[in-house]
Amino acid sequence: MNVIVNGKPRDLPGEVTVKQLLEHFDLAGERVAVEVNGRIVDRDAFGDYVLRTGDVVEVVRFVGGG
Amino acid sequence: MVMDSMDLRQGRYSRQVLFRPIGEAGQRRLMQARAAVIGMGALGTAIAAQLVRAGVGFVRLVDRDIVEPSNLQRQSLYDERDAEVALPKAEAAAAKLRQANGDVRIDPVVTDLTWRNAEDLLADVDVILDGTDNFQVRYLINDVAVKHGIPWAYGGAVSSYGTAAFIRPGETPCLVCLFGPDPGGGHDTCDTVGVIAPVVSIIASLQVAEALKYLTGNVDALHPGLVHVDVWHNAFRSVSFGPRRPDCPCCAGRTFASLEARTDGLTVSMCGRHTIQVRPERPGVGMERIAERLRQVGEVRMNPHLLRCDLGAVRITLFRDGRALIHGTDDPVEARSIYARYIGM
Repeated sequence: MNVIVNGKPRDLPGEVTVKQLLEHFDLAGERVAVEVNGRIVDRDAFGDYVLRTGDVVEVVRFVGGG
Repeated sequence: MVMDSMDLRQGRYSRQVLFRPIGEAGQRRLMQARAAVIGMGALGTAIAAQLVRAGVGFVRLVDRDIVEPSNLQRQSLYDERDAEVALPKAEAAAAKLRQANGDVRIDPVVTDLTWRNAEDLLADVDVILDGTDNFQVRYLINDVAVKHGIPWAYGGAVSSYGTAAFIRPGETPCLVCLFGPDPGGGHDTCDTVGVIAPVVSIIASLQVAEALKYLTGNVDALHPGLVHVDVWHNAFRSVSFGPRRPDCPCCAGRTFASLEARTDGLTVSMCGRHTIQVRPERPGVGMERIAERLRQVGEVRMNPHLLRCDLGAVRITLFRDGRALIHGTDDPVEARSIYARYIGM
């Protein structure tokens, strides 16, 4: 399945949820905001939100340093 | 200071006044405005310099640390002399900024922002700018901002990347809406993964741009989301805020957990000779991730229960519950600072 993550095309194995996508990119324990096709995804719904081929995903991390 | 129209158009602020969205009216608003910058590290110094030069009437600078040689690579208000005499950052910055713009009232405060003083230091300003290096303080800032209806500019930068967002209580989601109620523990810090100056300047500039828009009444121009930049991997991304959460305990429920918890984040206790125990308020850390980061700065040994890292002058023993022993110091302030810098809070 092909999705665009932060501007880059990614080929993912089969059906993937937002939660699994974050795990795939080693961001599971991180504080992130996720947008799919221009709409923000509720962080409580990461595990239920199934991505479809062609989805445009933006992931932004909450960065700590200063 | 009172300025007539001619002063504004020809004087110090002439280029800023020529910029139409600000103009004379916007400049007058800036000169009446009050801002607080929390944390005077890399982000804070870049933010404060821009605010003061822009002529924001009152700027409070809050920081607990002293200037160190390792700051000079990116913290542009400090010089070698400040580091040599170990000046407090807030004072060193105030001295430099008073030379840059004598019209601005600058209020340096050398302290840690805690539940005890947060409302005293933040509730009397029009906008708060975040130059802090940890999530605990950001949740505290968010609490005060929401409680008193004060917008704040979040910014964070490490390595070559950073994120910024301008949070307006009642208008945009707050920090708790965006990232959940738990500040959590452990994250990349400038002391584990490093940081380069260019990303800091960009994030600070994004924060100041939003503050200037807000203070001059240009709220329609505000960015309605989070901006993420990675200057090394050439990424410029943004994500919309989306709606406020109707079930947000902070901005909907008006429960201010960080302010009302009345804890100081990290508790320290003496633990034998040259060893201090640091215990975080919320237990549990991602040990493997922290080990990975600490390997960048020192030798790390791990077993199922704990991790040890040798940093040369001091050693850290970190337990799974988040508790750490800092060996090689008798200074509780240093121990707390080492925990915040190398483990994150």
